[in-house]
Amino acid sequence: MMQEFKTVEVTTDLLIIGPGMAGCGAAVEASHWAKQNNVKVTVVDKAAMERSGAVGMGLSAINQYQGTNTPPDYLSYVRQDLMGLCRDDLVMDISRHVNGTVHMFEGYGLPIWKDPDGNYVHEGRWQLMINGESYKAIVAEAAKNAVGIDNIIERVFVVRLLLDKNDKKRVAGAIGFSVRDPEIYVFKFKACIVSAGGAVHVFRPRSTGEGLGRAWYPPWNAGSSSYLTTTAGAEMTSQEVVFIPGRFKDGYGPVGAWFLLFKASATSATGFNYMAEGLAEGGELHNWPPYGKVKPIPTCLRNHLMMIEMYQKGDGPIFIHTDKAIAKLAEKAPDEKTYKKELKKLEAEAWEDFLDMTISQAVLWASKDVFPEEGPSEIMPSEPYFIGSHSGASGAWTSGPEDLQTPESKDVYFWGYNRMTTVKGLFAAGDGVGVSSHKFSSGSFTEGRIAGKAAVKFCVENPEMPEFDAAEVDKLKERILLPLKHYEEHHKYTTLGTATKKYDLPVEEVNPYYITPKHAIFRLNKIMDEYVAGWGSQYTCSAVTLNIALDLLKLLKEDLNKLAARNLHELMRCWENVHRVQIAEAHTRHKLYREETRWPGYYYRSDFRKLDEDKWGKVFVNSVYDAEKDEFTMLTRPIIHLVDIKEVVGM
Amino acid sequence: MPSFVIEEKCDGCKGGDKTACMYICPNDLMVLDVDRMKAYNSEPDMCWECYNCVKICPTQAIEVRGYADFTPLGASVQPMRGTEDIMWTVKFRGGTIKRFKFPIRTTPEGSAKPDGGFGVGPGTLNDQLLFTEPASLKDDKLWTLGD
Repeated sequence: MMQEFKTVEVTTDLLIIGPGMAGCGAAVEASHWAKQNNVKVTVVDKAAMERSGAVGMGLSAINQYQGTNTPPDYLSYVRQDLMGLCRDDLVMDISRHVNGTVHMFEGYGLPIWKDPDGNYVHEGRWQLMINGESYKAIVAEAAKNAVGIDNIIERVFVVRLLLDKNDKKRVAGAIGFSVRDPEIYVFKFKACIVSAGGAVHVFRPRSTGEGLGRAWYPPWNAGSSSYLTTTAGAEMTSQEVVFIPGRFKDGYGPVGAWFLLFKASATSATGFNYMAEGLAEGGELHNWPPYGKVKPIPTCLRNHLMMIEMYQKGDGPIFIHTDKAIAKLAEKAPDEKTYKKELKKLEAEAWEDFLDMTISQAVLWASKDVFPEEGPSEIMPSEPYFIGSHSGASGAWTSGPEDLQTPESKDVYFWGYNRMTTVKGLFAAGDGVGVSSHKFSSGSFTEGRIAGKAAVKFCVENPEMPEFDAAEVDKLKERILLPLKHYEEHHKYTTLGTATKKYDLPVEEVNPYYITPKHAIFRLNKIMDEYVAGWGSQYTCSAVTLNIALDLLKLLKEDLNKLAARNLHELMRCWENVHRVQIAEAHTRHKLYREETRWPGYYYRSDFRKLDEDKWGKVFVNSVYDAEKDEFTMLTRPIIHLVDIKEVVGM
Repeated sequence: MPSFVIEEKCDGCKGGDKTACMYICPNDLMVLDVDRMKAYNSEPDMCWECYNCVKICPTQAIEVRGYADFTPLGASVQPMRGTEDIMWTVKFRGGTIKRFKFPIRTTPEGSAKPDGGFGVGPGTLNDQLLFTEPASLKDDKLWTLGD
């Protein structure tokens, strides 16, 4: 018999959903203002806060620190990198606060590299080197101390937001379940902050056996931010923009230190220096004005140059010449002894880059006896990810700060509370916010702080507790547990399904009445890879393929109603896939709507191969989803520049 | 696998209902088989090799064998995480051994104060200042348009 589920009701004022870097920032900032104003803050995490989110493994660098640069300097870099797509107010808002965040991290105990004069060691213009093995643990500790251990709920997966029964444009609660005990959680609140990460495994990963989990971004980021805000009716932006990092092949280890710190170069198999040649007079980058002509080369265009070598010329793979970079350093050294010392230091730095944040890459190098001084290594563009915090842009359309607006922008970019979505009381941060790119870990924490303060202000100014419809909650409870029921009802039909298989070795069920979460993710991955410009289709799609994908996604969505779960862990996997399919559909519709190729190297529209600056260069593509009708409405919003960029400032 | 548990070394965290690896795994992969009092990785192909279970295991019962579909056998990368630093031992397939030690934090565990040592600034709910600013910026004021 299926277990009995009890309902746990949690009433609070502000709920923070997903305490990764952004959610921890929200917890730190909101707790301060909450205490002053008698507002209650609660945090809910699908995992354990100490190591949850994208920084759970650690990081080897802080990628956003302004130092003495100005917010317009940072804006110039971000706007250029995203091929013109960015909200000036959101990007400069984070930029002006982010130094404070980094200084606080240092205060918490994060080791940031210093030179002999006591200044931070930069990897690039904006990047600081850190000893970041415990980065998340340290930041989470400060957040836990701020919000108080009694106000933190771990291992509860929020799957849906609830709206006010009298005002469908206002959030009133959330519903989810414990992944460890048979409990449904119903949260009632005045406001919430969705900071539940980006989306991984929407597209087919390059490694599909045991290495399925070796995505560059963590596999537990299942598109929950996007799902929660989208299905609550919040306007979403730029869901067409994916991020594809070029990293060491298979392990996806970071290349930043090798490129920025050690000045390594990359070439095609036969030695074509595609970046230098692309930039040179008459080179490929000049086909993408105005963004291709200016340094730094936008991330997508760097990928684009790789893809030309790999797919058009067939001159892959791409090599990063670690050996030559090391040899060059040797040449510069005055004597053998200095060189050896220098090399040892460099080697430790290179390995720490892996060991802090992508340990798999260290395992892979050790397993293949790779010594970077002896030869080059392959780099490879990954599968597409949704990550609003990096060189991507997908997420919720939110209000910006009141003071960073022109009279024109204020009408479009400001509606009362910073980082509030178009649904009252529903805030977002980190990967949850769109066109607020390149915030990385420190900027995500900063954006969480901004949202945290604004959300407390909202609670103070809107003190009435909204009410959701109890009948709707009952319906959702049933819907949430449906996969367990399906399994219970049908598993005896075939020879594989036995209740004792619970927690046993993974055996895929074959049963005509249901699909398992693994089946669902593989179906989704195949659709997206083959028709929506994954690596398997060389990142290329057209209106024809996108429409085929929409037909297939419709069938998949119907089949999601027949998901089966043998236990709570699999129930979590079922709901993660429901979340993934939502962003997959939104992404496909956005891609279809924007009839141009704006981010070559992220994806190509074979039917619109060029950048169309006149038609698409001055707008964001946004969408609103009607959950009752299961319908998307597409629209555009203007890109309004708040400051003129005279010079693009480098990396 | 990814991470795996060595049967002989795992003691199921001595009878608690939840082992350390179950507590920490960000992807909810680790499971305690209560009949045998042994933990195991229940979904290796969803493992990110983040090593959090390896680092937290009180009996050093957990290690990682690289993803079988692209990692040759024979190497190992094993950490020993203390309160101030972490020591890594990298054993190559061909026998080379490298050892690295990196600091992990500069303050005692548990001591992180939310304000990072900057105290409470003059901001109010109605302005743009975050609660530690401007002190945490190490600047006199917060930038705005026109500055």
